Amino acid sequence: MLTEREVYQTAIEMLHRAETTLPKDVTRALRRALRTEQNPISKLQLELMLKNLEIARKLDAPICQDTGTFTFFVRIGRKLILNFDLREVITRAVAEATKKIPLRVNVVDPITRKPMSSNTGKEQPTIHIELTDGNEFQMDLLVRGSGAENCGRLFMLGPTEGLNGIKQAVIATLNEAGGKPCPPTIVGVGIGGSMETACLEAKRALLRPLDKKNPDPILAKLEREIEVAANRLNIGAAGLGGKNTVLGVKIEKAASHTASLAVAIAMQCWVARRASAKLVNGKLRLVRS
Amino acid sequence: MKLIRLTPPLNEKDVRKLCAGDLVSITGTIVTARDKAYAKIVSGAKLPIKLEGGIVYHCGPLLKRRPSKFKIVSAGPTTSARMDGVQVKFLETTGVRAVVGKGGIGEDVAKHFPRLGCVYLAFPGGAGALAARRIEKIEGAYWRELGDAEAMWIFRVKDFGPLVVAVDTKGNSLYRHKNGTQKIKEKR
Repeated sequence: MLTEREVYQTAIEMLHRAETTLPKDVTRALRRALRTEQNPISKLQLELMLKNLEIARKLDAPICQDTGTFTFFVRIGRKLILNFDLREVITRAVAEATKKIPLRVNVVDPITRKPMSSNTGKEQPTIHIELTDGNEFQMDLLVRGSGAENCGRLFMLGPTEGLNGIKQAVIATLNEAGGKPCPPTIVGVGIGGSMETACLEAKRALLRPLDKKNPDPILAKLEREIEVAANRLNIGAAGLGGKNTVLGVKIEKAASHTASLAVAIAMQCWVARRASAKLVNGKLRLVRS
Repeated sequence: MKLIRLTPPLNEKDVRKLCAGDLVSITGTIVTARDKAYAKIVSGAKLPIKLEGGIVYHCGPLLKRRPSKFKIVSAGPTTSARMDGVQVKFLETTGVRAVVGKGGIGEDVAKHFPRLGCVYLAFPGGAGALAARRIEKIEGAYWRELGDAEAMWIFRVKDFGPLVVAVDTKGNSLYRHKNGTQKIKEKR
């Protein structure tokens, strides 16, 4: 049976792993960007980024001082019995990781702006729970700094604006963002649904590794087209020009009202931190996401 | 590429020699300031230290508390554009000659840099562990009540860089990406 202690320890371990090392698909994409870049200033930025990853790993230190806020996506099989408060346990793990790793206290009251010393509060961390069949248990973590988060946008397009409207929305978002979200970024796009589901799908899209193709051929083509257009914007690494504005574009969709076309864009900085854990033979383990 | 060594306080003449695309490093004292410190300064708060000719660093560091002191764990730059609305007033008030940050500043701010005799120096955002290695010592801290991220930290840095001169005093900005490749005026 899945224990409270297992979830607590694993969540801390996920935060630690995500903050100090990047997934392999992301480092590979950064190295590829360095190989293809011709602008010498942008090349230097990519070199510094890769050097930073090496130092963070060696010193076991957070890659970026903006250790972000946390979104957990949890899938729970309905045959599984949890005899503890999952949200409380994950929240407690964030507070402990904040002291232990350490993480910067980023969570504040939105009105008084007073820091919350535990680095937790209402909806922080954000936990999305999905009930599934069987007895699986999977936790996926996204860590997001505010540089990228602040550049996210929601467009409520007209229903007939179609693929072209979607592309334009993403390109307009990238142009407006410029160097602010720490490019080369990963762009998560949520299409359809309502306001909140489009945003959620945009975030969920960021969980898919860069080298994993979209199973939907129409979306896979759209991802490629947007990626090519984005990399022609000459925003480049750190916003200093060049052909590496995005590392990838990831799209998810949800069914839409016939009169709506919601398009949400969530940006993820090049420090694209994520971690996953799931039940393997009855034990909760960190897995490659 | 050649690295130009800056040692604050900077004088106007030296700052005006810098050109977009130059690479620089800093050795000496720099001061962090971001949203809350900026808001305080432009609303007339008394400066706790003299900033004339100084270098301001847009940074909210991640620190580890040790029994007697702090250790800097990660301290890269934050998004400079958040301070765009008050940047010009801040520079006029303080006499700061160089701003270190990431992501660039808006065109409306950059256009004042020739008049102000100030440059914008870029370090890649996210490279916090690397930046922390070039900070030798915390020399002081002011406005700690604003929280670790927002307080004004005085850092002694050594060979802090390489930083790119991204906005200079000649009207050049490396952030004008929309029209393709940037043309640099007066490049040496």
